[in-house]
Amino acid sequence: MTTPQAISASHPAGVRAPNGTGSSVSRVLGVVALAAMGLLVWLAFVASPRDAIQGDLVRLLFLHPALAWTAYLACFIATAASIQHLRKGTVGSDILAHSAVELGAVMTLLTLVTGSVWGRPTWGVWWVWDARLTSTAMLFLLLLGYLALHRIDAAPEVRSKRSAVLGVLLVPNVLLVHQSVEWWRTLHQDATLLDRQFDFGTSDLFMFTMIFGFVAVTLVFSWLLLHRFRVGWLEHQVESEWLDEAIEARRAEAHAESHDGTPTTGGVAR
Amino acid sequence: MLRDARLIAAKDLRIELRSKVTASQILPFALLVLMLFAFALDPDSQALERATPGLFWVAVLFVTVLAVERSFSLEGGDGVRDALRLAGLEPGGVFLGKFAALVVQLLVVEVVLLLGVLLLYSRDLAGVGLLAATMLAATAGIGAAGTLYGVLAAGLRVRETLLPFLLLPVLAPVLIAATRAFESALDGVPSDGWPWFNLLAVFALVYIGIGILTFGSLLEES
Repeated sequence: MTTPQAISASHPAGVRAPNGTGSSVSRVLGVVALAAMGLLVWLAFVASPRDAIQGDLVRLLFLHPALAWTAYLACFIATAASIQHLRKGTVGSDILAHSAVELGAVMTLLTLVTGSVWGRPTWGVWWVWDARLTSTAMLFLLLLGYLALHRIDAAPEVRSKRSAVLGVLLVPNVLLVHQSVEWWRTLHQDATLLDRQFDFGTSDLFMFTMIFGFVAVTLVFSWLLLHRFRVGWLEHQVESEWLDEAIEARRAEAHAESHDGTPTTGGVAR
Repeated sequence: MLRDARLIAAKDLRIELRSKVTASQILPFALLVLMLFAFALDPDSQALERATPGLFWVAVLFVTVLAVERSFSLEGGDGVRDALRLAGLEPGGVFLGKFAALVVQLLVVEVVLLLGVLLLYSRDLAGVGLLAATMLAATAGIGAAGTLYGVLAAGLRVRETLLPFLLLPVLAPVLIAATRAFESALDGVPSDGWPWFNLLAVFALVYIGIGILTFGSLLEES
């Protein structure tokens, strides 16, 4: 996709779009999210003790489930926005769905990476064919598929409509994949490996930090989503403004031609 | 809607009867895949025999990608997509028609493939009821998802590379469920396989439903 800078550089006429993606609300949200992340780091690394069985590894659990939750949240936002786009055809809902999927892909990848980092010392391998791991990996591929479709070289309406249909299918697909993988693994094994690891005595501080992790990561997610949405909106504005200008320029050219009766110098080659 | 579906399905099948692309290219390709699996896995170690259900359905998925591409390349040229839209057919009917023609062709390929694996991988036929039910439900799901994703990728310059990437992850539940159901059937314990059949039926119904509902908005664009 062409960056706004590239377009405004090729069109010195200038693009009358705001310079940034921040607003007073998003700045407050950003500060709150930053403070929450700071507090989470303190809670996770200073305040909570090492776990008797898992040692320092347990600290990953303050982040990992929260990341997974935002990945699923992103899917639901994307599907809801896609349904809205198919019903009303608004540009904003398409941009929201795309932003949510993009962030969801990042969060899913982070979930996989943090899980893998946790799994290597715990299970001795980077990857096991556990139900949750497998369905998370499939979720990542589904999200990449949406992103691939959303960047196709086609008219914007075609692109956003096809992406919206894919977005509508996202949640049903996630549910179907999740269900089938769950059955697939649990019919072969007694229980998932993850479940057995949760039998350590959870202290109040541990529980609080884990729940606080969800809050902090959700705040960061919302802030990122807000800004990604605004970047998408600016991109859309630049694109449509550029198109309007090009049409306007051609009209003016044609107008001048019909009045002068002579072709304009330096015009389009015939 | 059903009348429109019959028209479209008859059109696609008539084109296939005259061009014989599925019969002369896609079906031999499916058999070729069976040979390739035998080269990859040592035939003496009984790996083929044990993996028969999985290999069968992986071959079906490869065939699906080709068949879906073929199904939508029928409307690729000469503005046929526009003509289809102008013909006043109901979008849901167009979806069902494309779906039905695809399912019929896939079922034919699957029957030949099944004979192929039974012969080449030396498995004995067992649990015929479950095998047939699984094939019907799985093919309905594959056909519905294939038709929907086929139209999503149709007419794009990147359709050949985009379609498998979009379609195959979505068909993962079908691969899992159909493979397990086939395993149960061929191992002679069909009762283990029926829950998988239910999952396949749910998958097929979900996709047929979404297909009928969303096909209209996909046809009216472009």
